[in-house]
Amino acid sequence: MKLYLDENKNAAARKVVLNDMMLTTELSTTAGSKMLEGYKSLFEAEAVTRLKAAGFEIAGKSNVGELSLGLLGETSYFGAVTDDKGNLALAANEIVKTTDAVGAVGLDANGSFLRGAALSDQVAIKPTYGTVSRFGTVSVACSGETVCVSAKSVADAQSLLCAIAGHDDKDGTSLSDSECQRLCADAPRESIKKIAVAKSLALSADEATRAKIHAVVDALKAKGIEVEPIDDSVLIAAKTAWNALMCAELCNNVSKYDGVKYGYRTKNYTNIDELYTNSRTEAFGELLKTAILFGSEALSTENYMPVYDKSLRVRRVICERFAEIFKDYGAVLMPVCSKTAYTEKDVADNKYISFDEASYIAPAYISGLPAVVVGGVLLVGAAFSENALLELAKIAEEG
Amino acid sequence: MAKYETVIGLEVHIELATNSKIFCSCSAKFGGEQNDHVCPACCGMPGMLPVVNKRVVDLGMTAGMMLNCDINRVTTFDKKSYYYPDLPAAYQTTQWFAPVAVNGKVRIETSKGEKFIRIKQIHMEEDAGKLVHDDWTDTTLVDFNRTSVPLIEIVSQPDLNSAEEVVAYLEQLRSLLRFAKVSECRMEQGSMRCDVNLSVRPEGSDKLGVRTEMKNMNSISAIERAIAYETARHIDAIENGTEELVQETRRWDDIKGMSFAMRNKETAGDYRYFPDPNVMPVCIDDEWFERIKKSLPELPSVKKDRYIDELGLSEYDADILTQSRALCDCFEEAYAVSGLVKESANWIISNCMNVLNRKQLTADMLNIDGKALGKLILLVADGKVGHANAKKILEAMFDEDIDPEAYANENGYIVSNDTGKIEGVIRAVVAADPKSVADYKGGKEKALMALFGKCMKELKGNCDPQVLRELLIKIINE
Repeated sequence: MKLYLDENKNAAARKVVLNDMMLTTELSTTAGSKMLEGYKSLFEAEAVTRLKAAGFEIAGKSNVGELSLGLLGETSYFGAVTDDKGNLALAANEIVKTTDAVGAVGLDANGSFLRGAALSDQVAIKPTYGTVSRFGTVSVACSGETVCVSAKSVADAQSLLCAIAGHDDKDGTSLSDSECQRLCADAPRESIKKIAVAKSLALSADEATRAKIHAVVDALKAKGIEVEPIDDSVLIAAKTAWNALMCAELCNNVSKYDGVKYGYRTKNYTNIDELYTNSRTEAFGELLKTAILFGSEALSTENYMPVYDKSLRVRRVICERFAEIFKDYGAVLMPVCSKTAYTEKDVADNKYISFDEASYIAPAYISGLPAVVVGGVLLVGAAFSENALLELAKIAEEG
Repeated sequence: MAKYETVIGLEVHIELATNSKIFCSCSAKFGGEQNDHVCPACCGMPGMLPVVNKRVVDLGMTAGMMLNCDINRVTTFDKKSYYYPDLPAAYQTTQWFAPVAVNGKVRIETSKGEKFIRIKQIHMEEDAGKLVHDDWTDTTLVDFNRTSVPLIEIVSQPDLNSAEEVVAYLEQLRSLLRFAKVSECRMEQGSMRCDVNLSVRPEGSDKLGVRTEMKNMNSISAIERAIAYETARHIDAIENGTEELVQETRRWDDIKGMSFAMRNKETAGDYRYFPDPNVMPVCIDDEWFERIKKSLPELPSVKKDRYIDELGLSEYDADILTQSRALCDCFEEAYAVSGLVKESANWIISNCMNVLNRKQLTADMLNIDGKALGKLILLVADGKVGHANAKKILEAMFDEDIDPEAYANENGYIVSNDTGKIEGVIRAVVAADPKSVADYKGGKEKALMALFGKCMKELKGNCDPQVLRELLIKIINE
């Protein structure tokens, strides 16, 4: 599903695709939901403004799973996207693959943006939390969601990131300009000489995925970078905790879509309670409803301490574990997902497959640390280490 | 009949006197056309993020300090979820885990003497919008002007035992917070609202009875009536078993003079509080803390004592002045300029209050320049401007910033000491009214006053009354 502004407005301009979580004033922003079908924002995302200022042209919007949930976008009200082999694909990567667009920029919270890049052999960067403004994005899980970039090459991904990173007064979680500038290509950096491989996460992926890990490890070793397996038993806890935090925050963030002010409103109501219930029942898809129920339960009085509060504590433990790892290693290498291709049947067989696949992306999302997808694998680094990670990515890219 | 004790705790909502809303730059002023003060943020549109208005934290801290609270140096905002059409985001940002101020106390005075009411906490939060129901078309529309206007909620311990104490407590809160310019605390405009939690127990019992809550009370007299009604209802239920008391939220109908249980649906529910990830914890450093501490005004009770003991004002005058920060500020400025205590107090208590009353303004709305008032008082004391003209100058001071002396010069209000001119006027008046002259000479004192008035009028009041009187008598007797 591809929504184009104007195919050939300026052939020379560098075009960029936005995922449909990014608000624009020219095009509608649906977040893949019937609830927001045709919704036009009064203002645009800060990242969009910055892209335009840097000379990029907005090619159009790409389809996302409803509220960007799901494995790759298959939960969109507007339908799933498949690649030329019939496998599920993320619309943003498909558009970049088949057009002259340089890359894509989009909000991600559950990893579909990273998975899409990995499965289509593109590069993606999830920058350090707080370095790119989330102003003007459809909120999913505010404590971890990040505006990410993807492109066919490391260099293109880096140029997109540099265009959008920076302090924004309109986002209370935005970091200072001096911190954000550490992401840019010409910022001084310290090269990474030693990386870790998350052992059990790597072993849990299928053979084809492990082959990709080996290929990247071999390329890095060939350049003299040391690679060692590490115990990742703490990092594994990120999955459940992030799913809980994400669903809880999502439940709260989507509660504003109630049929009263804008968006879909049921025709079938006689009072305000029916208006709420029926509008949401008719407009939300199954996975989103599941996430809302999970999230609502996680925040209930009975479950707050054992689920939500504990998940916040897990977040701290994971951050501490990463800090410990980064004393010895410059990055942690792990899979992006457990397979190298998914079919619609995979999703039909396991409705919660995206929650299961969160094992790999959750450590980076729950901690807010930067991550780079290259060669089908994920490199997670310390805060503001994007530059150093991208140096590794260039080695992996060259093979 | 056994004796009963009423136990009351109050939750008082106060709208803060900020220019803009708590998380966006929309105006927070009362009034305006419906939905004039709104933006995508306070309408709950996707994509907007909250950015804390620091002024709200300033005022939250000020309120905390005025009510003798401990200030939480790290204070956080949390989300409270519920569905209601006046709440566009379907959650309210409030403070659940670390409110700005805790453990305070407020001194009240009633017919039973002095008492301290403990404050459990003060938290900052955003207000909701307003539903406007049109009975004619049977539709409800929503006005988001009030959405996200900053509030503080002051939660007391259940230390209050009578309507009299509740009223004294509310008036004390209002006085302290108005003095510190935290809020105008206008119940009639909804900038001060009150939830009353009430239970009844046999006197001497240490076990609390079943508690009911009456929400959104917005007038002192309604609160008094509601407490009387609810207390009687509880006692009746306990004594006579007329009904079974349940913990519930009730609505006070001031016209019917009764409270009604609200539908369970309106009150039940789990608010699913959690820390708002979009609002970073607010860290109050020493510099910020000290800045607010230094900005606190002298307490009204301290001021009153000082006015009586140091300045020698009567208790009556001191009472009136210390009702309002605006009166105190004006008085202190006028006194500083004129050096005349009694005159400064009198000008405010009589003349300024007269103008305020005529303009239907409250004492808080006195906005004349106290220094200018001081200059005016000096002009009168020095005999340069007559009383009647001084009042005209005061009147003008309410409308514009003027220098009293310059204004007096421009308008011919300066007292003339030109005896030649005065004598000329007197002779003309006397010549034109031989009857009054004859009456006065015949022993009618009143006739002199008539002549005096005519002369003063001709002179436009710009004459020392003593001088005029002496010259008038001299000329009549020539």
